[in-house]
Amino acid sequence: MNRWIIDYLWLICAVPFAASLVILSLPNDRHKSAATLAVAGQIAALAMSFFAFLPTLQTHGFRAVRNFTWFTFGDQALRLGWLLDPLAAVMLMMIALVGLCIFVFSTGYMAGDKNFVRFFAYLSFFSGAMLGLVISNSLLLLFICWELVGLASYLLIGFWIERPSAAAAAKKAFVTTRIGDMGFFIGLLWLYGRSGTLLFYDRGNGCLESAGLAMLGASAAFIALLIFCGAVGKSGQFPLHVWLPDAMEGPTPVSALIHAATMVAAGVFLVARVYPLFSLGAINGVTPSLTVVVWIGVTTALMAALIAMAQADIKRILAYSTVSQLGLMMVSLGVGGVAAGMMHLLAHGFFKALLFLGAGSVIHGCHGAQDIRKMGGLRRLMPITFSTYAIGMMALSGVPLFFSGGWTKEEILQVTAHWPASHVPYSLLLAGIILTAFYMTRQMIYVFFGHRRSASQHAHESPRVMTMPLIALAICAILFSIVLTPAWPWLHDFLTGSPARFEIARLIQPALFLSLVLVGAGVALGICIYRNAGSQVRDRSAEIDPLQFAQPELFRFLENKMWIDELYARTVISFSWMSARLFDWMDRNFWDRLVRGVGAIGQLFGTFTASVDERGINVGVDETTIGTRGLGRLLSAAHSGQVQTYLGIIAIGMLALLLFYAWLA
Amino acid sequence: MTPTLELFLVVSAALFSIGLLAALSRRHAIFILIGIEMMLAAANLNFIAFWRFNPQSQQPIGVMIAIFSIAIAAAEAAVGLALVIAVYRHYRTTNVDQLDQLKG
Repeated sequence: MNRWIIDYLWLICAVPFAASLVILSLPNDRHKSAATLAVAGQIAALAMSFFAFLPTLQTHGFRAVRNFTWFTFGDQALRLGWLLDPLAAVMLMMIALVGLCIFVFSTGYMAGDKNFVRFFAYLSFFSGAMLGLVISNSLLLLFICWELVGLASYLLIGFWIERPSAAAAAKKAFVTTRIGDMGFFIGLLWLYGRSGTLLFYDRGNGCLESAGLAMLGASAAFIALLIFCGAVGKSGQFPLHVWLPDAMEGPTPVSALIHAATMVAAGVFLVARVYPLFSLGAINGVTPSLTVVVWIGVTTALMAALIAMAQADIKRILAYSTVSQLGLMMVSLGVGGVAAGMMHLLAHGFFKALLFLGAGSVIHGCHGAQDIRKMGGLRRLMPITFSTYAIGMMALSGVPLFFSGGWTKEEILQVTAHWPASHVPYSLLLAGIILTAFYMTRQMIYVFFGHRRSASQHAHESPRVMTMPLIALAICAILFSIVLTPAWPWLHDFLTGSPARFEIARLIQPALFLSLVLVGAGVALGICIYRNAGSQVRDRSAEIDPLQFAQPELFRFLENKMWIDELYARTVISFSWMSARLFDWMDRNFWDRLVRGVGAIGQLFGTFTASVDERGINVGVDETTIGTRGLGRLLSAAHSGQVQTYLGIIAIGMLALLLFYAWLA
Repeated sequence: MTPTLELFLVVSAALFSIGLLAALSRRHAIFILIGIEMMLAAANLNFIAFWRFNPQSQQPIGVMIAIFSIAIAAAEAAVGLALVIAVYRHYRTTNVDQLDQLKG
């Protein structure tokens, strides 16, 4: 069984791909078979992920690799392969499980959409691409899957293509991530030029093994940073984070998939996967490339948390919280806590999927409204959504002891505190945690507490098919913390490849109290400020955020996302416009004139020869012309103007030639 | 079953015929383009197959030609699509049956 699953590991990503292809060929009204196929494909992927997970449990630091030759090019062979290790195994489980919940939820959420079948085809494709990404043992294969993930996200963000904003958001996501991918690709080529292989592990010759790393030397830092560019784009890090909040234009299950299981997880996973490149030549655990990762991460984490405070769209708040949490993971990776960062990624996958699906349920219940200031009082109307959402909110805020997010955040705080280079990231992370608890409290109060407002007057609880995934994910978000606690840090040791020991005394740590105080402060602050936000239902002042009331300028700055989109529009985008205008002008005024000048010379010759013709040669030709005209009239009948007729005649001619040669031979 | 040169040629001929059929029978300009791309792919397959079954296939000439041809095909597709867009803007249709301005 173990051998079988390693030999056929590629089936895990091939099954959703195959499901996607089959669904794509279904007629547009076969809703039921499309949903069944997609869910079945996902269940198969989950089952195989589970079987792939089993062998990694048996030995510590398990790693199995299967490589094959894709094609040979002269004496160079390009080899690809797949890889099973603890990192890939836990990612497979998380993606397949969260993906399955989202698929089931979508069958309820998208019911009634006229493009239901197409939606599930894309969803399966997305899941397959992401599963392929985590098992690839070659940077090239990873890059291929990476681009497929990008394509799938483009298709899904712009799923409601008739909305101009959705089409624009899809284009923005695609182009923005492409900027990062350009860096990734250059890094990939550089790595190949230096080490001659793109396989991660290849019996000691892979680019992540000591022999391969030794060939890189000083260029490793640059290669690592170029690859990090790709991660910055995909994982929505500053300065390429702008696409992620706009990606909310897609249907809510897509947001859940992008923000929890696929897409954004890819960037963090990539950094974790090629970590040996980043940490090559580390002094005291610090390298220049890792320092860049830390600072980018910390900037992103804090900036996104600040922006999230002033957003009114329920999904946008969650989007910025994702950006902020991804920053947190990057910090953790940068300071050397790979296991802590990956643990947070996995825990985040569960509770962020929960929150997004919860938000989807709220939007579904409020008939499409997304503005939290128009909701309120949903606690009684949507009890299941409320309780699961509250669990997700507490996990995201990092409430200690019972929720997975709390343990992973503590872990990250601990590794960051011991970073020798600087203590600034640590204190900024503390501020970020307070802010997270604060804006999530704000959102909870607006949506679920107080009186009902315009959008929530006729709200109703969502159908079973939508609440069941919520409950499943809520249970995951809580139960997942069992393997995260410091008393039994099973997942941590599983990822680092050492046996886990149970020790109850480690449960109580200073970090526990620290995060208790921070989260408590954030929640208390939120309750203090927004206590009355939902209660004055008819009062117009309820529409004004208390923060906006206190600091209108600052609030406007944050509400408009720190004007970063506007800054880009003024600089990069307008530069691109300007250069397009310049080339247009060049075309019209310079090249065009040149061509016209050449034309004028031709004209001159033409006039000359024309006069020779007229006077000299014309006489005899006229007679011929009359005969030719008759012939021409005859032939012009064949010119129907139909391009396909011409093509057909060409094809027949070719066939005739072929037969002629066959006859000759 | 070991793949033989004939097998590749048959596949390529089939691909070519399907592409030709698409280019001849579809009315939408973009599908005609897709058909042409399929014919190109068939030609590429022939290049690779002949190169691969050549006894002296050490030098990657076949692959090089195929890669060049793929790059040119990409450029051709870009130009073709741009033409389709330009035609659409002008005539408000991409149905090639209605584009008969060249009728003699």
